Amino acid sequence: MTNDKNVLLSAEHLYKSYDTGKKDKQIHAVSDVSLEIYKGETLALVGESGCGKSTLGRTLIHMLPASSGSIYYDGKDIASMTDKEFRPYRRKMQMIFQDPYASLDPRMTVRDIIAEPIETYKLCKSREETTEMVLRLMDAVGIPGEFLQRYPHQFSGGQRQRIGIARAIALSPELIICDEPVSALDVSVQSQVLNLLKDIQKIYDLTYLFIGHDLSVINFVADRVCVMFLGFVCEISKKEELYESPLHPYTEFLLDAIPLADPHRRKRERKVLTGEIPSPVDLPKGCAFCTRCPYATEECRTTRPELHSIGDRQVACHHPLQN
Amino acid sequence: MDNNNILEIRGLKSYFFTEKGTAPAVDGVDIDIPKGQIVGLVGESGCGKSMTVRSVMGLLKYPGRVVEGSILFDGEEIAGLPENKLRDICGRDISMIFQEPMTSLNPVVKVGKQVRETLLVHNRGISKTEAKAQVIEMFRKVGIPEPEKRYDSYPHQLSGGLRQRVMIAMAMICKPKLLIADEPTTALDVTIEAQILRLMKELRDETGMSVLLITHNLGVVAELCDYVYVMYAGKIVEQAETFELFDHTAHPYTKGLLSSIPRIGQTEERLHTIPGVVPNLLHLPKGCAFCNRCELADKGCKGSSPELIEISPGHMIRCFKNAAGEAVASDASSAGVKAPGTGASDKAASGEAKKSESEAAEAKAEAFDKAGHAGEEGAL
Repeated sequence: MTNDKNVLLSAEHLYKSYDTGKKDKQIHAVSDVSLEIYKGETLALVGESGCGKSTLGRTLIHMLPASSGSIYYDGKDIASMTDKEFRPYRRKMQMIFQDPYASLDPRMTVRDIIAEPIETYKLCKSREETTEMVLRLMDAVGIPGEFLQRYPHQFSGGQRQRIGIARAIALSPELIICDEPVSALDVSVQSQVLNLLKDIQKIYDLTYLFIGHDLSVINFVADRVCVMFLGFVCEISKKEELYESPLHPYTEFLLDAIPLADPHRRKRERKVLTGEIPSPVDLPKGCAFCTRCPYATEECRTTRPELHSIGDRQVACHHPLQN
Repeated sequence: MDNNNILEIRGLKSYFFTEKGTAPAVDGVDIDIPKGQIVGLVGESGCGKSMTVRSVMGLLKYPGRVVEGSILFDGEEIAGLPENKLRDICGRDISMIFQEPMTSLNPVVKVGKQVRETLLVHNRGISKTEAKAQVIEMFRKVGIPEPEKRYDSYPHQLSGGLRQRVMIAMAMICKPKLLIADEPTTALDVTIEAQILRLMKELRDETGMSVLLITHNLGVVAELCDYVYVMYAGKIVEQAETFELFDHTAHPYTKGLLSSIPRIGQTEERLHTIPGVVPNLLHLPKGCAFCNRCELADKGCKGSSPELIEISPGHMIRCFKNAAGEAVASDASSAGVKAPGTGASDKAASGEAKKSESEAAEAKAEAFDKAGHAGEEGAL
């Protein structure tokens, strides 16, 4: 892909599998993924549960070791680095987790939770200076400073997620992996957190990898979208193009499945996907989606489609739509 | 009772008597479910929607209990019925599907046997082989592939979508007159959600049963429901036919919810938000429960609690204003149409609010502080 944009992070033929405890049986969570994340953009990873999107996100920032393949961050291969070599890069990549109840230590105060990364990297000279920085971060995410000494259980889900965001931006990272940050929140709170994520992206000049399953949320936050199925990348497109004219049949099904908050469009023609996701232990020989795809041909069942470019979009399908 | 209604809830109040005080989880709720219709009950976590149906099913756990109200099922009063009598109705005539299919199935019993058990309990005369045949037939109907083989599967061997189908089969096996579905698709992926919603609609069309669908997803409501109730802090704040509700949204809360949803094709840089969070039920604001999050709220809203009033046929809101900013009826008692029972319940409710020491609705930090507990409240 030729592009004049700066690539911040890229993956080439990345694989990640988990052992099952049985011989010769592995769960192929991420298979042959190649993608690029540009500086300052939001790339969304979408797919159903178990499609490997969270594993991919974690593998990309070295939280999980890759089984094979390479990951380049600012041109350096980080996949092969040891933890010690990786340490200077760690603070450039942070993560916001899905469950705001599980991702904060219940026995630490808000001050200590947000101060922990600052102290680990010795960014401040004194305790007072650290607290001051914590207060600035709390202000940035909209948590009143008087709650400095409170514990996580004294906050609601949306406020906890704000604390998680404050902790993630404490080290002024370049890249933040947002792993389903609003899935556990109510609609009215979800919109507050989404707005906040957009605001701090602008203020701190951040790049996001936004992992999600809700395509209407993705539509709001993303610049480009990468659709995954069973560990494979189906399609990478700019948001507008993806929603307007999906290339991969799976993308089309995902879009059709969204329930719309408009009863007048109830009668619209919807394609409802049948069947379930195949097991990631025994991958189909051909295209991963062929068992559920209504357009599948013999070729799809025998040869695995490579991710190839159509214009500035990429798709892994033998018979992309409108072609 | 209207003969067209399979279920009529009148003035239902279920309170939780906790150490910190009394939480009015359900506070004077009236709901009608007409025969053969799908009725939606919408609200955010902690608004009391699950507690409402748990009250109907007699499933409230200590320290919660039904304080007053009447629940007529098919013309029969079931509120306060002894457990053994209620059990005859629940399970056979009223079935329930829960949100989490993994925790509602017994992990050490084969799914076929679990569904068969329901049938055997409620139909004494039936033989086991006959029951098995019926279960397999029902599995086929709800779209479980290879039903004979799946009959002998354990829950962990099935995917989330299949488990939810088993739950639906279990709920449907006794041909209930009313199906209560509590967030049936929240734990599922969109593609599976679309399958399950379609299935529920087909089953309704086929059997003529009524459905009470509890959800927080307004998209699901728009796709499936005939009539919608919107709940906030233990009270119904708006109710209308689905099309009317989406076309002429009147309550500021409903309007806020609808505009908070990110929509595809929307190009705005920012999402609309409702400021603040759901109030703690132990510290409800005086007056309208929504007043400290509402853009239209004025002194009157903070002073007294609005009644449900009809603004157009079949469309009721609990608001002194409506979303267009017009005052609908400043004196609620002058409004001719009022559901029976609500008057008394509201008096009690405002008394409850007065008792709580939440004078600080305006003091920002204090309100924020209390709101912080809303998350835990939802877990009640």
